[in-house]
Amino acid sequence: MSGNGTGIGASVKRKEDTRFLTGRGRYTDDINLPGQLYGHILRSPVAHADIGGIDTSAAMAAPGVHAVFTGKDMEGVGGIPTGWLIHSKDGSPMVEPAHPALALGKVRYVGDCVAIVVAETREQAKEAANLVDVDYRDLPAVASIEAAEANGAAQVFDEAPGNVCYDWEVGDRAATDAAFENAAHVVSIDVVNNRLVPNAIEPRAAIANFDPATSEYTLYTTSQNPHLVRLLLGAFVLGLPEHKLRIVAPDVGGGFGSKIPHYAEEAILTWTAGRLGRPVKWTCERIDAFKSDTHGRDHISTAKLALDADGKFLGLHVTTKANLGAYLSTFATCVPTYLYGILFAGPYTTPAVYCEVKSFFTNTVPVDALRGAGRPEATYLLERLVDKAAHELGMDRVEIRRKNFVREFPYQTPVALQYDQGDYDATLDLALDASDWAGFEARRAESAARGKLRGIGISTFIEACGIAPSAVVGSLGARAGLYESGSVRVHPTGSVSVFTGTHSHGQGHETTFAQIVSDMLGVDFDAVDVVHGDSAKIPFGMGTYGSRSLAVGGTAIYLAVEKVIEKGRKIAAHLLEASVEDIEFENGSFTVAGTDRSTSLGEVALTAYVPHNYPEGLEPGLEETAFYDPLNFTFPAGTHVAEVEVDPETGEVELVAVTGADDVGRVINPMIVAGQLHGGLAHGIGQALMEECVYQDDGQLATGSYLDYTMPRAADLPNFSINHNTTLCTHNPLGVKGVGEVGSIGIPPAVINAVIDALRPLGVNDMAMPATSQRVWQAIRQAQG
Amino acid sequence: MNDFTYHAPTTLNEALAALGAEGAKVIAGGHSLLPVMKLNLAAPTDLVSLAGVPGLADIADGGDSVTVGAMCTHAQVAGSAIVQARIPALTAMADGIGDAQVRNAGTIGGSVAHNDPAADYPAACVALGATIVTDRREIHSDDFFQGMFMTPLEDDEVITAVRFPVPSRASYAKFANPASKYAIAGVMVAQGPAGVRVAVTGASGDGVFRVGEMEAALGESFSAEAVAGIAVSSDGMLSDTAAGAQYRAHLVAVMAKRAVAACG
Repeated sequence: MSGNGTGIGASVKRKEDTRFLTGRGRYTDDINLPGQLYGHILRSPVAHADIGGIDTSAAMAAPGVHAVFTGKDMEGVGGIPTGWLIHSKDGSPMVEPAHPALALGKVRYVGDCVAIVVAETREQAKEAANLVDVDYRDLPAVASIEAAEANGAAQVFDEAPGNVCYDWEVGDRAATDAAFENAAHVVSIDVVNNRLVPNAIEPRAAIANFDPATSEYTLYTTSQNPHLVRLLLGAFVLGLPEHKLRIVAPDVGGGFGSKIPHYAEEAILTWTAGRLGRPVKWTCERIDAFKSDTHGRDHISTAKLALDADGKFLGLHVTTKANLGAYLSTFATCVPTYLYGILFAGPYTTPAVYCEVKSFFTNTVPVDALRGAGRPEATYLLERLVDKAAHELGMDRVEIRRKNFVREFPYQTPVALQYDQGDYDATLDLALDASDWAGFEARRAESAARGKLRGIGISTFIEACGIAPSAVVGSLGARAGLYESGSVRVHPTGSVSVFTGTHSHGQGHETTFAQIVSDMLGVDFDAVDVVHGDSAKIPFGMGTYGSRSLAVGGTAIYLAVEKVIEKGRKIAAHLLEASVEDIEFENGSFTVAGTDRSTSLGEVALTAYVPHNYPEGLEPGLEETAFYDPLNFTFPAGTHVAEVEVDPETGEVELVAVTGADDVGRVINPMIVAGQLHGGLAHGIGQALMEECVYQDDGQLATGSYLDYTMPRAADLPNFSINHNTTLCTHNPLGVKGVGEVGSIGIPPAVINAVIDALRPLGVNDMAMPATSQRVWQAIRQAQG
Repeated sequence: MNDFTYHAPTTLNEALAALGAEGAKVIAGGHSLLPVMKLNLAAPTDLVSLAGVPGLADIADGGDSVTVGAMCTHAQVAGSAIVQARIPALTAMADGIGDAQVRNAGTIGGSVAHNDPAADYPAACVALGATIVTDRREIHSDDFFQGMFMTPLEDDEVITAVRFPVPSRASYAKFANPASKYAIAGVMVAQGPAGVRVAVTGASGDGVFRVGEMEAALGESFSAEAVAGIAVSSDGMLSDTAAGAQYRAHLVAVMAKRAVAACG
C-alpha cells in the first residue's frame, strides 16, 4: 500500500461527482423505455378498514387508462416476505402475517397500497386513481405502542393477539437479577426513541419491463441491494428464476436504510408489466413517500443500571417495546433485536446484561432500518442512563465512563458480541481536548451573562458494523447470508473493472474501491472503474447497509485483487523464466527477487489475453472473483461531545459546538469519511432536536410533509470538529471498520445530555427527543411549578 | 391537478376581463395557490397571471408613505433601498419570509390576498396601518383581514399595490415554525401617525389580531418593560405539533417584548 496521491489514505476527489454535479447522474426516474406506461399507486386514506368492495369501472373508462389492478387481481401472488425470523423467549416463532402487495380485504395503514392505475401519462393515471371507488368500512386503529398493548385494543392481525409479533430476550436474566441484588446503587430511566421519517432526497421510483422474446423481466428500482430484491421478488413473491429477473439499481439518491426493503410497489410494477406486456413506470411523490417509505426507531424503554459503591457497573436490565408498523418489512424484526439488544455492553465492562424486547404491530407505516438501525436506540438509552447514574451518584460524567471502559481485547460481552480491538480512552481524551471540556464553565458563565443557559453533553459509544458471519446470523434467524462478492477484471491493456455486490447511493464506492485496487495493483486511479447495482453484471451481492460496504465488500475486492496478483505471478514467472516462488509484485511490476528482471502488470495482462507464450495448463484471462464472509462484526467506537445554548424564554436550543473523536479503523479516503461523519451527525442532530413523526390516535399522519416534519438545515448546525484515533480491525486485511452510521449513533445522547446539563440549574432532569423549543419550554415551566 | 386555461394578459383591463369567467383565479407568485391545486384542494378553471401586466412591481416613496406594487416579490421588498430607508422593519420582515426560493417567487399582493393566518405580511399591514389598493378601491388593513383566508376582495378584484404609512419606529419579531418557517408567533410593533400598534400573526385561528392592552401600555411608555408583564390569552390560539395554544400565547408575549426592544 503505497499511500500515494490517489492510493489508500488519500483524499481523492470523488469520481462520481462529475456526473452528479453536472446533472448527468442516471437515476431511476431518468430512465424511459419505449412504449412505457405510467402506474399510479392508489393508497389507503384510512388507517384500518375492511374493504367492502372496489369499483374500478369509472377509472377504467378515464382517458388514457390501460388497466386498474387491485388486491383481488394479484390474489395468489406471493406476499412480501420478511428477512429475519425472531423467536420469542418461550421458543415460539414470531407471528408472521401475510403481506399482500395490494391490500386484500383490509387496509392496515394510511398509505397501504390499494390499487395500481396504469395509463398513458403520469397525470392520467393520477387523475383516474381519484375515480377508483373503494368502500372502506372503518375499523378502530392502533397508532402507537401504547394503543396496541391496551386492553381491548383493536387487532391489526387476527393471528397476533395483543398485537404482539414476538417477545424476545438476550443475555442472562438470572445473572443480571443477581447483580441488582448486590448493588450499592440502582439507577432507572424511561426513554422514548422518537419515530423518524427517512427522507432520502430521491423519492423511491421503479420501472418494470417484460421482454416476451426472452421471457426476461427487468426492474429498475431505487434500491440499496438489488440482488436482495431479486432474491425476495423472484423467489418469494413472483416465482421467477434468477436468470429471468434482472434488477438494476442505477444512481440512487440516498437511502439511509429506507431503500433496503423489498417494497410492495416493486412487486406490483413487475407483475403489472408482465400482465400488460409494456414497461410500467412509477415515481413516488414526496407526500406519498412520507406515508410509504419505511419509518425508523419508535421504541419505548425502561432500563435500570446496578452499580457498586465506587460507580462500577454491575448489571444492566433493559425492557423495550418496539413498534414494527402494519407489516413486517425486510429487516424490521432484527433491527430492535439483533441490532439492538446485543449493543448494551457499549464500551463498558458491565458483567451482566439482560435485554427483553416486545415488538408490536400497529396501524402505521412499516418500520425498518434507518441509519444506525437499532444501534442508535441502544446507544441513546445507555448513554442517557450512564449520565443519569453520574448525576445521582454525584460522580463526574467523564470519570464514571472511564471507570467502566473495556481495556483488554478481545473482549467478550455478556450479550453475544466479541470486541476485537479498541482504545476508548484515546478517543475520550481526544474529544475532551478538542471540545475544550475543561474550559466549559467559563463559557457557561459567558452565556449566563447574556441570559442564556449553556450545557455540555457527552456520549462514549461503540457500534457493531458489517453484521456477520453468515453461519452465526443464520443461527439467529437471518434468512440470507451476510457475505459479499467482488470481482476484478484486468483488461488486456491493463485497465481494470471492479464489480461489487455492494451499492453506492452516496457513499462514494466508485472512488474508495478504485483507490484500494489502484493502490494494490499499482495502476492509475483513473484506469479503475467500479461497477455496481446491476444483477446482470455483478456475480452476487448483499448490498449496502449497516456500514458494511468497505469492511465486507471492500475486503472481497481486496481478496479478488490478491487472486489476480497470484495468477499474474504465474504468468510473470513464465515470461521471466523464473520460478513462481521467486516472483515479487510491487507498484505494478513483477520482479524476480534479487534481480532487476521484471515485467509489468500490463505485459502480464496482455499475455493473459493473447496467450501465445503462456504457462502450460494455466487458463487464459486475468479476472478473479472472491466471496468474503467476515469472521466477526467490526466495532467502530468513539466519543461525541455536544454543547448547547438554551433560550430560557422561548425554549429554543441552539447547538453551538459538536466534537467527534472517532475510531473507524483504517481510513481509505479522509474526505469521504469526513463527509460521512458530517452527514451522520446532521442526521443524529435531527433526531435529537427536530425530527419527530407523529401519528394522530386515528392513525392519520400528523407530520405528513415538510410543513410539519422538521429536517435539519445547514443553518441549524455548527461547524463540526472531527478527530480520529485509529485502531485497526484485526480480522479483515485492510483493518477497516465502517463510518456511515457513526454520527446518528453517537451524537443524539450527547445532545440531550447537553440540554439536560443546561437545564439542571432550573431543576429539569429529563428531556425527551426531539428537544423542541416547546418541549424545553414546557419542561422549564413544569420545573418552576 | 385539474386542467385549466392559462391567461397571460398584458394590461390590467385584459386581466380583469379574463377574471370575469366563472371559476377564474388570479395567480401572482403562485406560491400558495399551486400547492393547493396540486392537492386538488383548489380547482380553478382559469388562471390569470399578473406577471405580464406592467406597473405592478414598482416601489415608490410617497413622502409620508411607501407604496409597494402587488407583484413585488418578497426578495424585491427585502432588497429595496426605498423600503430600507423608510421602513427598515418591513425590509427585515420580508427578508425573513420562508427561504430564498419562497422570497423569489412569493409576492406581497399574493400574500395579502391569501391572508394565510401564519403569513408575515398581515401583521406588517395591520401594525403599520397599511392601505390595500385594488383595481377599484382602497381598503384599510383594519377592514381587509377578516379572519383566516378571508378578505373583502371580490372574485374578480385585483390588488395593485399596498401603501404603508411611514412609522416613526417599528420592528418585527418572529418565532418561526422550524419545519415550514411560517410564523408561529410574529409580532409587528409600530409607532406612527395612528399611535402605537401591536399586530400578531401566526398565532390565532382568526388570523392577524391586535393586542390592545399592549398598545395602551406602550402608548403610556414605549419600552420593553411596559409590555413584559402583559400575558396574552391562549383562547382561540392555533395548536399543532410544533406549538400548542399556551406556548403560542407565551411566544406572542415574548416576541412582542423583543420587537419593542428592537425598536430602540
